[in-house]
Amino acid sequence: MSWNDHLVVLPVVLPLAVGAAMLLLNESRHALKAAMSFASIVALIGAAVALLGAADSQPVRVYPLGGWPAPFGIVLVADRLSALMVLLAAVLALAALAFSLARWHRAGPRFHSLLQFMLVGLNGAFLTGDLFNLFVFFELLLAASYALTLHGSGTARVRASLHYIAINLTASLLFLIGAALIYGVTGTLNMADLAMRIPGTASADVVLLEAGAAILGVAFLVKAGMWPLGFWLPATYAAASAPAAALFAILSKVGVYAVLRLWLLFFGGAVGNELLLYGGMATLAFGLIGVLASQALGRLAGFSLIVSSGTLLAVIGTGEAAATGAALYYLVVSTLGVSALFLLLELVERSREPGADILAVTAAAFLGADEEEQEPPEEVGVAIPAAMALLGLSFACCGLLVAGLPPLPGFVAKVAVLGALLAPEPVPPSAWALLALLSLSGLAAIIAMGRAGVRIFWATQRSVPRVRVIEMAPVALLLGLCFALTVAAGPAMRYMQDTAQALYSPRAYIEGVLGR
Amino acid sequence: MEIVLALAIGILTGSGVWLLLRPRTFQVVIGLSLLSYAVNLFIFVMGWVRGGVAPFTEGGPAVDPARFADPLPQALVLTAIVISFAMTALLLVVLLAARGLTGTDHVDGREPEE
Repeated sequence: MSWNDHLVVLPVVLPLAVGAAMLLLNESRHALKAAMSFASIVALIGAAVALLGAADSQPVRVYPLGGWPAPFGIVLVADRLSALMVLLAAVLALAALAFSLARWHRAGPRFHSLLQFMLVGLNGAFLTGDLFNLFVFFELLLAASYALTLHGSGTARVRASLHYIAINLTASLLFLIGAALIYGVTGTLNMADLAMRIPGTASADVVLLEAGAAILGVAFLVKAGMWPLGFWLPATYAAASAPAAALFAILSKVGVYAVLRLWLLFFGGAVGNELLLYGGMATLAFGLIGVLASQALGRLAGFSLIVSSGTLLAVIGTGEAAATGAALYYLVVSTLGVSALFLLLELVERSREPGADILAVTAAAFLGADEEEQEPPEEVGVAIPAAMALLGLSFACCGLLVAGLPPLPGFVAKVAVLGALLAPEPVPPSAWALLALLSLSGLAAIIAMGRAGVRIFWATQRSVPRVRVIEMAPVALLLGLCFALTVAAGPAMRYMQDTAQALYSPRAYIEGVLGR
Repeated sequence: MEIVLALAIGILTGSGVWLLLRPRTFQVVIGLSLLSYAVNLFIFVMGWVRGGVAPFTEGGPAVDPARFADPLPQALVLTAIVISFAMTALLLVVLLAARGLTGTDHVDGREPEE
């Protein structure tokens, strides 16, 4: 095995090692930890880009853990979709880390380690080729997300995370029931092996198998925030600290990823697609109303995330490979956009209640913190001039992105999705309904964002917030990536379409894993 | 044997769901624990329950492998037990923090208005 082959396991092992090593360091060595965290994430981005670049020459890379061949051992599988998601997670982590360096990483203990452990869970969930291993990585990323929700402490965060933890623990139990049922029927946990065996299930067992898959699906859809399972999402994400919330933007996409991967692999998209389609549309409607009704900015961003989940689930539920490709492009764009929005909101809120966030940050350190941590954290970096103008511009960009208006890639994504929806002859009525909902959700987003923007930026009484370069840079990075995705929409869309085609014809995946 | 296990899983699940829906945080924790016991038993049962076969055979005549229980779910249960144990511990800490910060053990962090 050459070094290049170990690239697949790197996104799991590297953050695990770095995160564990940072646990040994004293809590006060912020600079060293930040440097380690930064180095790890940059290396992850490099690895993800390498995986992405190699996807054309070698679409399915299999890494047998411990050298045990599939289906007996656990395998990691890097294909186009996995590489894309790993890259997206690493980019969001970079933005969250840079943003936290201004102050948030001192607001509570072990922020950097938790960030790395979250990446372990995310990357593992994206790369694994084993159903039970997927559960373990889910638990890992959830455990890190519980702690990150609590990062900064405070009554609102503790209250929100109590609900968040209870709901996700229940969802994890459902995951176990579903996985156990599927194992009981098929006798394997390897995803590729499952895909081979499921078509040959004895007819007496089909009901049991489909019940197991449905229970498994509920666990993923809770994560993805599908209506009516996603009621916890806006409250939790609004309560989380800004860098944590920015990283959480990809958490709901983990649910979407799992649905996409397993549903297409096991059933080829033939079972339960109405549920995804109409459930996604209901989610879209729920998010649309929520966006319009939100007063607090954090909830607005949370509901935007629900709109994005609903769009994805509904479009995936149409069962068209072309629509799925467009949905993947939308997934990347909307995740970047909502993540930038979460970061930006904290900066914007600062202009409305001067000093309030600093109080929140210091109040954070109270729970079980050391004496020196109770000092108000100093701000790092240089304050930028014309902060208000920059914030306003970024806010407008986020608004255009979330609403899907030109010239940002939200528009490209929506046009691609609509084009794929209206392609089949005759166009099914559900596609028209989805089209109407998608247009309405864009309208709702632009109304809500416009209203919030007027309230924030055209208010008569406000102070100019002190914004640091290190806080503005991640927002600019995420928005800049979105601009790059508009310019490179052609190659990006081609990659997404290839990904969708590979998902709809999983023969290469199965043969790659099982080696036959 | 099967009926005993099925009843046990059913009773644990029923009690767990009922407790999970109660308004006090401690009841929710106990409910989640009961549910996780039920799920652990359920996974265990997925490997079939069989008796009367030695777990190892040395020399002797070969035993038909179909008579053994499947060991894989037992390994899965071990993992599931450890994870749910750790998560329950974490939830207990959050429960205590919520009790301290909000001054009530209601799951919403405030007493319902009468």
